[in-house]
Amino acid sequence: MPRSIDQDLNRFNKILKGKVRENLRKYITRSEMFGRKGRESVSIPVSSIDIPRFKFGKRGSGGAGQGDGNVGQPIGSGGQDEGDGQGQAGDQPGRHVREVEVSLDELADMLGDQLHLPRIEPKGNDNLKSQKDKYNTISPTGPDSLRHFKRTYKRALKRQIASRTYDPEKPVIIPTREDERFRSWTTTTEPDANAAIIYMMDVSGSMTDDQKEIVRIEAFWINTWLKKHYDGLQIRYVVHDAVAHEVDEDTFFRIRESGGTRISSAYKAAEAIVQRDFPVNDWNIYCFQFSDGDNWGEDNNACLEQLQQTLLPVSNLFCYGQVESPYGSGEFIRELRKISGDWENMILSEISSKDAIYDSIKQFLGTGK
Amino acid sequence: MPISIQRPLPPEIRALQLELEAKAASYGLDFFETIFEMVDYEEMSMLASYGGFPVRYPHWRFGAQYDEMMKGYSYGLQKIYEMVINTDPCYAYLLTANELTDQKLVIAHVYGHCDFFKNNAWFAPTNRKMLDEMANHAARVNRYIDRFGYEVVEEFIDACLSLEDLIDPYSPHIKRSADLPANHASPWESGDGDSNGNVNDGRFPSKPYMDSFINPPQTLEQHAEGGKERAEESARKFPAEPMRDVLLFLLQHAPLKPWQHDILSIIRDEAYYFAPQGQTKIMNEGWASYWHSTIMTSHALKDEDLITYADHHSGTMATSPRRLNPYKLGIELFKDIEHRWNTGRFGPDYDDCDDMFEKERWNKNLGLGRDKIFEVRRVHNDITFIDTFLTAEFCIEHNMFAFGYNESNNYYEIVSREFPKIKQQLLNSLTNHSRPIIRIYEGNYRNRGELYLKHEYHGVELKQDDAHATLENLQKLWGRPVHLETIVEDKHTLLSFDGIEHETETMGSVSIEPLLS
Repeated sequence: MPRSIDQDLNRFNKILKGKVRENLRKYITRSEMFGRKGRESVSIPVSSIDIPRFKFGKRGSGGAGQGDGNVGQPIGSGGQDEGDGQGQAGDQPGRHVREVEVSLDELADMLGDQLHLPRIEPKGNDNLKSQKDKYNTISPTGPDSLRHFKRTYKRALKRQIASRTYDPEKPVIIPTREDERFRSWTTTTEPDANAAIIYMMDVSGSMTDDQKEIVRIEAFWINTWLKKHYDGLQIRYVVHDAVAHEVDEDTFFRIRESGGTRISSAYKAAEAIVQRDFPVNDWNIYCFQFSDGDNWGEDNNACLEQLQQTLLPVSNLFCYGQVESPYGSGEFIRELRKISGDWENMILSEISSKDAIYDSIKQFLGTGK
Repeated sequence: MPISIQRPLPPEIRALQLELEAKAASYGLDFFETIFEMVDYEEMSMLASYGGFPVRYPHWRFGAQYDEMMKGYSYGLQKIYEMVINTDPCYAYLLTANELTDQKLVIAHVYGHCDFFKNNAWFAPTNRKMLDEMANHAARVNRYIDRFGYEVVEEFIDACLSLEDLIDPYSPHIKRSADLPANHASPWESGDGDSNGNVNDGRFPSKPYMDSFINPPQTLEQHAEGGKERAEESARKFPAEPMRDVLLFLLQHAPLKPWQHDILSIIRDEAYYFAPQGQTKIMNEGWASYWHSTIMTSHALKDEDLITYADHHSGTMATSPRRLNPYKLGIELFKDIEHRWNTGRFGPDYDDCDDMFEKERWNKNLGLGRDKIFEVRRVHNDITFIDTFLTAEFCIEHNMFAFGYNESNNYYEIVSREFPKIKQQLLNSLTNHSRPIIRIYEGNYRNRGELYLKHEYHGVELKQDDAHATLENLQKLWGRPVHLETIVEDKHTLLSFDGIEHETETMGSVSIEPLLS
């Protein structure tokens, strides 16, 4: 029996989700939510909604309490802003935050709506098909567990009326075997689209934790968005200073090295991964590179050459995000601008601070590729 | 109406109920017939979020409370053992998962509440058939939802709830001359009120031999004169006198559609129904705890129950510095009163005695304690209870203090351990259920149909963001601009909202005499 409270609870959750949707811009840069990531959903802390009332503020408020302590001794913090200062003698607990469970799919939808992102058209590789069953039809045979009561009843009613066995005084409807209808499925084949994301990051000494935090947040949203559009998503991580290494996710966000910077090494590593794991015909390849824009001067030409010959031709997107760092010179983006006119799948974005993440995600994913 | 399928009470619980009921009655507790139902935790949480009623109108805040309670329960932070509602017959819900010892404790506790509901004067005007009334409200709201759409109705309910506190909790008990016509619309009047055509000549009801004392002729004359003046004044002013029942004023004068009018009256009825529970929290819980403790320790407790009982009783009585536990304060005050009236520690003789040694040993063997606490539970509410019976000795014994907010370090600090200060702080925090008192002064402000409200300032300012949001909701109902006069940072300030934007106008700093200083 559905309980009436469930209706209220659903409504409440819907309101909270609506709140996340409205304020997505604010939540985008909140890294605490990714820590609680489940497999398919994240829980987002939302400041709880409450009905506003005329109530007392903290200024001048107080009450009576019980316990030890001398005059002047603090007994509790005023907190951020917990509402009732002069509560019913502190009867109610402070209302803080509530967590809303949002599935990654919903989150991607919200992101798409908020940023007006176009849907991605996977590039053509129709050779891979996957079959999917959907219960969307009715069949005259089937197991009892799938019997469609309403349809069965309607058919029985029709039959009885037509055969004049229906008595409105005593409206008993008895379905026969012929009346029974069952839910059934149709099988559709869908192109199976796979995508590979390769993240490259500069971990030379000039990239600080703040910059890495930005990369981490961007990566979360990029993953969420692409996961929505592809059935299989593979993610690889490459870090580099003067040499490049392929690492796992955890290492990628934690590692700290010193040393010079040779970006071309990362491109080489990425190229090697593509060669090895992701045949270009079957995979949609996305490359995201994050750096503070410092490169060893003599390496720049090698980079451009490497990019144009290997990565750019095979990638759906090549995105370069330059995070502003107190140490980096930020000149690499200028080098890339030289060739970006020739490649429409190349996106450059400068991320000056956490607040710029929103726009940079929009730049990266706004192409619909 | 039962919450789900009516389940017969298990025989052992039924036996307990009969035993404890007889015991409670033998002490002189006087209650409505009490019906116990066993519910699981989900049902209990649902009932608790519905304020104890199985059927309420749909609203998200019930879902929010339910969510909070279910989470609190599943994380082991809180547990509701029992719930009882003020109706006739009284319905009480027991948690199926309670141990038998807990069930005993809880059943005894429930009879304390039932007695309180039935006999405390502040509950006298409440509708004891509220179970039906609530279901009726739900049916009405559901009908409006079907007709006008969920979100439209929800938005309106939100706005009404925002103003829910703005009622006059004493109005069911006093006849305010100003709202005589108003009272006819109030739910209390239509039922069992004793409005035998009381002409408003300022005459209090009295027995004939007392009449000249209670209604002295010269006062009546003055009243008659004043009446004339007031009549002239009221012709100009609207409402004639500042009005606390903002909801009633809106019902009478706001341009509401019939369905909105009905919903607002539903919210108001429910607010009045729940008001006495807020007014008597300390007494009600104290009284119920006093009786569960008395009945358990002198009768119902078996050897094997002792540890569980002691554990749970002390858990209920636990105190923490910032949270004055109403159960604890209530039960200790009742015990203190009983002790004082048993030993005769009251009246001028005792008060005037300067000899601490003698005071310490004071015992007149009066044995009036029980009678006294029964009287107290009949006539008092929390404010008068504390005002009358909180003593300096009690504050010392229970280590009480007054605390206040220190703006400079964002901490609540102990400000005093002196009796008058503690009592004042406590009374302050109980006044109007710790909500600001706000009255309507003018319904036709600036002769432009604008609404003018005034906050009665007693030393604590309003929380600004909430005040703004609430004004918006008030404006939604009133339709014309609304104004609230209050104090912001020690300055008289007029907060206004005209439906589009907020305006804050400082009316100049005026010397205010705050109550606390």
